[in-house]
Amino acid sequence: MTKTWNNRAWFLVLPVLLLVAFNAIIPLMTVVNYSVQETFGNNLFFFEGTKWYEDVLTSDRFHASLFRQFLFTGIILLIEVPLGVAIALTMPRSGPWVSVCLVLMALPLLIPWNVVGAMWNIMALPDIGLLGYGLNALGIPYNFTRQPISAWFTVVLMDVWHWTSLVVLLAYAGLRSIPEAYYQAARIDGASRWSVFRYIQLPKMNRVLTIAILLRFMDSFMIYTEPFVLTGGGPGNATTFLSIDLVKAALGEFNLGIAAAMSIIYFLMTLLVSWIFYTLMTRGEDQ
Amino acid sequence: MARIDLNNIRHAYLPNPASDDDYALKRVHHTFDDGGAYALLGPSGCGKTTLLNIISGLLRPTEGQILFDGKNVTDLSTEDRNIAQVFQFPVVYDTMTVYQNLAFPLRNRGVAADEIDRRVRETLEMIDLAERADQKAKGLTADDKQKIALGRGLVRSDVSAILFDEPLTVIDPHMKWVLRSQLKELHRRFAFTMVYVTHDQTEALTFADQVVVMNEGEIVQIGTPEELFERPNHTFVGYFIGSPGMNVLPVRIDGQGAHIGSHAISLDGQLPGNSDARMELGVRPEYVRIGEKGIPAQILRVEDTGRRKIVHATVEGQPIAAIVAEGTALPSEPRISFDPAGINLYADSWRVDPVSARQEGAT
Repeated sequence: MTKTWNNRAWFLVLPVLLLVAFNAIIPLMTVVNYSVQETFGNNLFFFEGTKWYEDVLTSDRFHASLFRQFLFTGIILLIEVPLGVAIALTMPRSGPWVSVCLVLMALPLLIPWNVVGAMWNIMALPDIGLLGYGLNALGIPYNFTRQPISAWFTVVLMDVWHWTSLVVLLAYAGLRSIPEAYYQAARIDGASRWSVFRYIQLPKMNRVLTIAILLRFMDSFMIYTEPFVLTGGGPGNATTFLSIDLVKAALGEFNLGIAAAMSIIYFLMTLLVSWIFYTLMTRGEDQ
Repeated sequence: MARIDLNNIRHAYLPNPASDDDYALKRVHHTFDDGGAYALLGPSGCGKTTLLNIISGLLRPTEGQILFDGKNVTDLSTEDRNIAQVFQFPVVYDTMTVYQNLAFPLRNRGVAADEIDRRVRETLEMIDLAERADQKAKGLTADDKQKIALGRGLVRSDVSAILFDEPLTVIDPHMKWVLRSQLKELHRRFAFTMVYVTHDQTEALTFADQVVVMNEGEIVQIGTPEELFERPNHTFVGYFIGSPGMNVLPVRIDGQGAHIGSHAISLDGQLPGNSDARMELGVRPEYVRIGEKGIPAQILRVEDTGRRKIVHATVEGQPIAAIVAEGTALPSEPRISFDPAGINLYADSWRVDPVSARQEGAT
């Protein structure tokens, strides 16, 4: 096959390039600009080099919120992925209940982030909320605005409630794509239920699960709205994740340089992890 | 290996079948002999896969019994029937190596480790994959995967039968031929009972000793490839097998013979007495002669297939196909005649045997 080269075709890409420039590249460059300068207002800027980066990378505050961020993302991945797969496995493969299950599963995904936060806030209130009041009535001391453990429990529970459905739907789609012949062959080979899961279902879900983990990683790594509405990052700094910390630095304290440097570091971390996932996924394709 | 008896099997996918039309399998009563190679041949939706799944135990028939070596297995599960099946799309366990794939059915049945190793190595030799034993099954080509699927059946030395559900559908044409001859070779050496479902007549005719032709949930004819070709029991078999299929021409029968329009055809043997049945003449294109004698015909077009020419013509308004040797000149005023050896007579689509027809006529 011969390829035709026509450089005028680049003009067709130009509108998209402009669009991307305005909504992504230019704002990003502004942040890069802030991250290497000091300002005292009046539009006066002084070049500071890598000072802000050094400050951020050596600050205990950043380390603490980074640790909390990884802990949170780790916990929710460990809960949501196995739970999502388990739920997908128990869903019916055909019949009228399929659509009922799918709608039920999709419901949490349709609710806006801040509403989820508000719902769980009310639900977890120790004096009137179903969850808060119930737990206390059972003799378990629970107050998410005072105890870090309770706050963490609530934030994790809220995220599991909100996002496990996504893993379920993806895993279910993966399961549905397995041809019936695989199950029949497994029966003929005398495979146990566990073997069917281990050697047929899990390998066939491999790709959708990689996507599920990638999406859940990115989303939870950038989580802001729900914990902001629920706990506001408290009690103390107990649930101050990276993005909440970033907003505190940028808008609460007006440390533009620090906040900008933090943003860039944050961005690079997400990019790095996404790249690792991308390589894993495309490597799987080659095999 | 086992003999398989199908006793009056009927199967419906509907919960309460009322009429014959509700049955996907109308009535099948047949025996597959121990060590035989059988092909189930028919168009899509004729019930051949249903029949195969009933034999393998993936489906339970609505009515009837299945016996393996005289033992009733109708209510036994697929595992307990001890059969092997190769599916249309190659089923391999992706994360396992070729060796582990073959060992899987044995491990599930708790066979001792050294016995597993011996049998897997033996099977790998049989299916020609010994050098790839430690390769991941995922990276192999479709035909190698299909061999693994076959190997998982062969490795269990005690299987009752090996069933094939259109196993060559996704295989490249040049590999189909190789796989088919390997299969035939394996059958010759080890004499498994094999049942092979296909809608490809070439596959069925080259693979099987006995071909079971099915149409609309019924077995229309069981026979050797020669029988199906020379003496199709039903006009369906006539045009389903052969390329192009058999010519079927409506005829009028009276005391003197068969007539197409105003032209008489001489027939061997006695003709059946005049009946109300719809009579047809079946002649394969191989037995149609084009020359100076016979019924005038109009030639519509000629297809040249390389070795021979297929002539499409009409006689008395009926389409007819003839096969002539390459290099034969067609006369300017072509006439068509039939080789008497290749003439079959059909009453209501079923073949009438001239001899038995005479006996019927005598009573």
